[in-house]
Formats: sequence, structure tokens, C-alpha cells
Amino acid sequence: MAVDEKLKIELGKQGVFVTTLQELYNWGRRSSIWPMQFGLACCAIEMIATTMARYDMARFGAEVFRPSPRQADLMIVSGTVTKKMAPQVVRLYNQMAEPKYVIAMGACAISGGPFKQGYNVLKGIDRYIPVDVHIPGCPPRPEALLHAFITLQKKIDEQHLTGEERPPHLDGGAQGEFPVPEYGEHDLEPPSNPGVWPVPITIR
Amino acid sequence: MKSIEEIKSAIEAAVSGARVGIVPNGSPSGQHSLLLDPQHAVAVAKFLRDDKELQLDFLSNATGVDWLDKEITEKVKVTRPVTKTVDGVDQTMEETVEETRKHVQPGYLEAVYHLYSMARKHGPVILRMRTGNRTDQVELPSLTPVWRSAEFQEREIFDLFGIVFTGHPDLRRILMWDNFKDHPMRRDYVEPDDFEYEPTAHDEVLARAAAHRAARQGSAVAAAEANAGAER
Amino acid sequence: MSNVGLQAEATAASGREEGWNRPRTLTPEGELLEVAMGPHHPSTHGVFRMDVALDGERVIRLKPVFGYLHRNHEKLAEGMAYLASMPFTDRLDYICSLTNNWAYALAVEKLVGQEVPERAQYLRVILAELTRIVNHASSVGFLIQEMGASGTPLMYAFREREKILDLFESLTGARMMCNYMRFGGCRVDASAAWLDATRKVVAGLPRFADEFENLLCTNEILMARCQGIGILRPELAVNAGVTGPLLRASGVNYDIRKVDRYGIYDRFRFRVPLGDHWDVYDRFMVRLLELRESIGILEQALKEIPAGPIMDAKAKLRGFRPKAGEAYGRIEAPKGELGFYLISDGGPNPYRYRVRPPSLINLTILEDMCLGEHLADVVLIFGSVDIVLGEVDR
Repeated sequence: MAVDEKLKIELGKQGVFVTTLQELYNWGRRSSIWPMQFGLACCAIEMIATTMARYDMARFGAEVFRPSPRQADLMIVSGTVTKKMAPQVVRLYNQMAEPKYVIAMGACAISGGPFKQGYNVLKGIDRYIPVDVHIPGCPPRPEALLHAFITLQKKIDEQHLTGEERPPHLDGGAQGEFPVPEYGEHDLEPPSNPGVWPVPITIR
Repeated sequence: MKSIEEIKSAIEAAVSGARVGIVPNGSPSGQHSLLLDPQHAVAVAKFLRDDKELQLDFLSNATGVDWLDKEITEKVKVTRPVTKTVDGVDQTMEETVEETRKHVQPGYLEAVYHLYSMARKHGPVILRMRTGNRTDQVELPSLTPVWRSAEFQEREIFDLFGIVFTGHPDLRRILMWDNFKDHPMRRDYVEPDDFEYEPTAHDEVLARAAAHRAARQGSAVAAAEANAGAER
Repeated sequence: MSNVGLQAEATAASGREEGWNRPRTLTPEGELLEVAMGPHHPSTHGVFRMDVALDGERVIRLKPVFGYLHRNHEKLAEGMAYLASMPFTDRLDYICSLTNNWAYALAVEKLVGQEVPERAQYLRVILAELTRIVNHASSVGFLIQEMGASGTPLMYAFREREKILDLFESLTGARMMCNYMRFGGCRVDASAAWLDATRKVVAGLPRFADEFENLLCTNEILMARCQGIGILRPELAVNAGVTGPLLRASGVNYDIRKVDRYGIYDRFRFRVPLGDHWDVYDRFMVRLLELRESIGILEQALKEIPAGPIMDAKAKLRGFRPKAGEAYGRIEAPKGELGFYLISDGGPNPYRYRVRPPSLINLTILEDMCLGEHLADVVLIFGSVDIVLGEVDR
């Protein structure tokens, strides 16, 4: 049940706080997202810079970088995911507890970036795990990471607790773990997870 | 520091039986290198490290180079007797013709080492070793026992180029995973075809994207037909 | 050189028995426990794994595992024009993009015999020394972070880093990936205002160095944790090709700025700090002292920088095809000797492009330094090597 926005403000002026369980729940979740302490490449340095005094990610409730995936809500894929690293990234994602979110930080995490043509470079982490926010840049500035963070908070705010679009952690049937690719003789096997990333057909 | 010729003669005087060649370098850097024969390479390396005058105690850089089979086309002037009919009479004449000859220079893998001296602060002295071919005679002696800094670099050469270093204490793949089969830095390596489309100006990438598109569209059409068949 | 005799004795490898430069073999007293640290591990500098065998807390065996950030830099560079690799060099050691640029530009300039004008040389020195300050400050910050001092020293370091990064950004257009140097000069000229801003930042650096040293050097915990662990003997360091602050902390006087005198480093007065206990604390101190020397170089360079062009008039920008040959060029990067080895076959792309990564080769002796130490100190010893995975794996 949605409360009329004007009525809510009016009641607020009188000292009465009205909210819905959904808003309260989402407010709590979005205000203390704990990212995983996990850096891959160049972007990790900018991620560290974001947590430092100048950009101060703590303003958004996300300064608690957790070393263990079990305690983290957010995986910031900060940098090039190589084929040798991809199984570990997927495994770490699988180990995270629901609700979990992924930010693909930088061109490499999105698509392979400048290294796309490399034989050992994965062409985007969204081939294996679902990504919530992509931020382009090589590397993205700390402001861009903050923007991605705010975008993610908005996304969490809009999640409904019930119904078809409820987040995976409230949906018993939703997929929480994704298959970990294996090292093959020439490439990763499989080269992508079609359940997560349908191979695009580009028609020009 | 001694000139490259002096180093060559010093090596040949100190290590009996060692054959040393000089590989000239055409660039203005003037860094010529010494070509060692693999049988005596370790002895030569020890001499270079321990010699009082050279004292090349610091192996800075070790790397591999892949030289493919080269087809050399050269035009050769050949003089040969030709029989011609001049005024109804057969005459044998000498004639010079240009002939195009092709021969294949077999490829090889090469290991290159850059040496400096930390004690005497000079360098570089560049050593090269060549394998017999690119397929089955790819063994070279390891210089890791002489200079420890070759340890990871030789592993990298083994991983990416496929040169097998005999005498290396721990020869495993270093950058790629263990059951990877190829040697990706070789110039004829074919990488897995795993990306579809990207906005680029590189012709080969566009051609590859077009091939992918054709394959995908073909399979998409097939899938649509199959679906239509199932509905019917 | 006056120290030839002394140093020759310290580094001589001849007459030693076979296998002296291999890691020792330790026999465990109890049962062995194998621990895989990484590739995702909170204290490592990126995606790096160490397979450690422990006897209780004591390290018996340690094998580093690489390749988790192998981005095929060399293969890609062999498929593109010489200049096109320049932005890729930024991403090798991503804390110090400008020194990487310089090393590559230097190698190509050697390959084609290219001169560099005065002003560009000065700009290169200024930017390289600023980069060195960024690197040494952050690497000390990371080291202390790994000791458990979560945040504070690193925040001090990153505060200065942001000031210097602002300078980089206003000159080159990018904070981290500067892509600034060209074969025969630099890309854009520095304005008088930029030089003034740089002077202002440099004038504030000694105060930062004082603050940093006061905060850290005599700290009891830091001394207790760092002194006497991770000892690296000079003869092994030389034999294992270790370079940079790690080598100098082992007492070997080898700084390529002094040895090769590349660029215009022969014009500046600076000292080379050396360690004499060869441990983690010496590495930490050598970095702090080098930071001070860099400030000195910056002050001299900013005073003397002449006016003039920043690109050599004869530099070829289009249709760049060096004639067949090869060159190896190296500089003293903040982490050690960064070299580029190029073979040209006369075409527009290099036939062979090789990076000599100081970070990878400095890790050769990681096992030797860690053997017999406690597991908690492994993290510290590893931090004192100061590596960046982008350069280790390329």
C-alpha cells in the first residue's frame, strides 16, 4: 500500500513518521552496502582512492570493505578479468550471501576493454554472472564509481518485496549460484554462460 | 668495457670448443649480440659471470623470439646456352636470363639474454641461443643455475614460446594454466574465436565479426524454423 | 668507480658451490599444512597466489603462482603500430604510468637514434620523480596497511597522491593513465601556470615527508614487526636480478639513474640511499629516503627548466617504420629496472616487443626471504617487495 507523498510530508511536519515495510527494508539495505575487498587491476587503485579521504565512500555507507565474500553484499569487479581469474571470480560470487549485487567497473570488466583481443582476457564478466551496474572508463574516475554506487542504491530502493519482480533473495526459486567455468586446453569451458548472457546477434 | 669482438675471443680462449658468432644489429643502438652454441652455453655463461674483467653478474632480461619459416624469393641471373635459329642456321649462344628461385629458410626459436655488470657498472652484453627448429628440437640449456634471475623468465619463455630449458630446476607454466596446450606468443598461434562484434577499424576483426554474424544468423533462422515446425 | 673492489667482493658468485642461489630446504618438525593464499586475498596487491607449506607457523616452502592478470600486453603490442602501444604501457604498472611511458619512449628512441629536446627531458624528469613520490608513498602506505594499521598512513599517502594526480590530470588529461610521452619528446607542453602549481605542490612535499617519517619511523610496533625479518643477502639479490629499492636496501649501490645517466640525470645532485641490515625495515627506510631525494631532484629541475620545443623537429610521427634491428632500453622505474626490448623487421609494428618487468623478477627471491619466517610476516615481506600485478603478469 502506497502512502500519498503529500500526506506523508504533512504528517512528517506534525512529527508522525509514516512508511511502508518495503521502504524501511530497502532503506536499511541500501544504506549499508558492504563491498567485497577485492581488486583485480588498475581500477582497484581508483576504487581504493574512492574510499580515501578525498572521495570518502563512507558518506554512502559503504566504507566497510569485507575480506570475506560471506560478509559482503556487493562485488565491485574492478579491472580486467582474465580467463585464468574468471573461475575464481564466479566462485567468489557464488559464495556471497543473498542479496548480492555486482558493479562492473571499467571497460575491461564490461567487455575486455583495450585488452579485448587478448587470448587470456575474458570479454566481459557478464558472460558468467549477472551485472547490476556497468561503469565505463579506463579507469573510471572515483566520481564515476560513486555514481555507480548511487545508481545501485536507487535500484535497491525500487525493488518490491513481493510479486514477480521481487529480488532473488526473496524468491525461493531464483538462481543464486552460477556454474563455474573450467580451464580447457585452449579456452575456458564453456566460453560463456548462455543463461546469463545470450550471445548477441548484431545486425547492421 | 671490451668490444664485442674482444669478448668473443676471450670466450673462445677460455672455453675450449665453444663456437661463438656475432649477430650484427642494424639499428643505431649498436647493441650487437653473441650467438652461443647450446652445448657450451652454460660454461660460457659461467665464464662471463666469473671473469674478473667482465664480471657480468646481473642477468637483466631473458626473453624468447619466434622466427617463422621464411620463404626467401631471390632473383638470380643465370647464364645458359640457348640454341637459336639465325638465318636458317642453328647457332648456340650464351644468354643471361633472370630466374626467380624460392627456398625456405627453416624457422627457429631463439632465447635472448641481456647481461650487465653491477660490480663494474657496464653492459649490456647480449647472448642468443637458437633451437634446431620450431617443433621437436626445441631444447636449450637453462642458464638459471648461473643466474637465478632467469628462473621465472625462462619459465615464461617455456610457457609462451615453448622452448624447453634443460637443467631448469622448476620448469612449469607460469602465466597460463597448467593444462593449457598452446604457446600463445608464437607467431602462428591461433587464439580462440570468442568475441563477436565490436566497433573497430581493424579489418580482420570486422571480417571475424561478419563470419560470426553469418553463423549466428544461420543458426537463428534454423532455430526459428524448428520452432515454427513445433508449433504446427 | 671507487666502490668497485668492495662491491665486487660482496656480489661475487664465483667459487661458490653449485646450487648456492637456490632456496634452502627446510625440514618440518611437525606435520605440514598447505595453505593457498590468494588469488583473492585481502592483503595481496592484487590477484596473486602463494602456495605456502607451513610447519606450525613457520614457512617451509612457498611457491608464487602468477598469471591471474596476464593481459597479453606483448602479444597485442606486436599487432599494432609502435605508438599505439604507448597507452598500453600506462597499464603495466598502473601506479606509475609516466615512468612506463618513459621507458618505452627511451627504447624506441634507441632503436631509431632519436634525440629529445631539453625541455622535454626536463618535463620527463619532473613527471618521473613525481611518479616516484606517488609510488613510494603509496607502497609504504600499503606496507603499513598490511601490518594492520588500517587506513591512516595510506590516507596520508593518498592525500599527497591526489595532489600530484591533479597535476598529472591538468597536464595530460588523465589521472592515472597519462599516455604522455612520445618518441622524441612529449605530447603537450606545460604552461607556466602548471609549473607554478607544481612548484607549490613540491614546496609542500618536505612537510609531508617529515610528517610521514615522524608518524612511522620510530613507531615501536613497526620496528618490532619489520626489523630483522625478510633478510636478503646482496650476493643473492644481484644473482637473482633484483633491482630498485629492494636491491639498494640490500646494500648494493646500483641506481640506473646514476649508472646509465639516461635522459639528463647527470645534471642533478642526488644521493642513493643504501640499507645495511637488508631487512624489511631497510626497504621501508630506503623508500622514504628516496622520496626525499626525489623532492630534491624536483626542486632542481623546476628551477632549471628551459624554454624551447617539446618535440624534436626530426621526430617522425606518421609512417613510423624503424629500420631492421633491435634495441634494449631501460630506466630506473620506482620498482626497479624497467626495460623494453624491441626487434624491428622494418615494418610498422614491432616484430618482438618485450617488457622486462621489475616486479616479476623481484619476486624471484620471495621464497628465499620467507623461508623460516612466520606466516604473518610473509604478508609483510611480500608487501616490502612492492609489486604491481599489472606488471608481473602483463
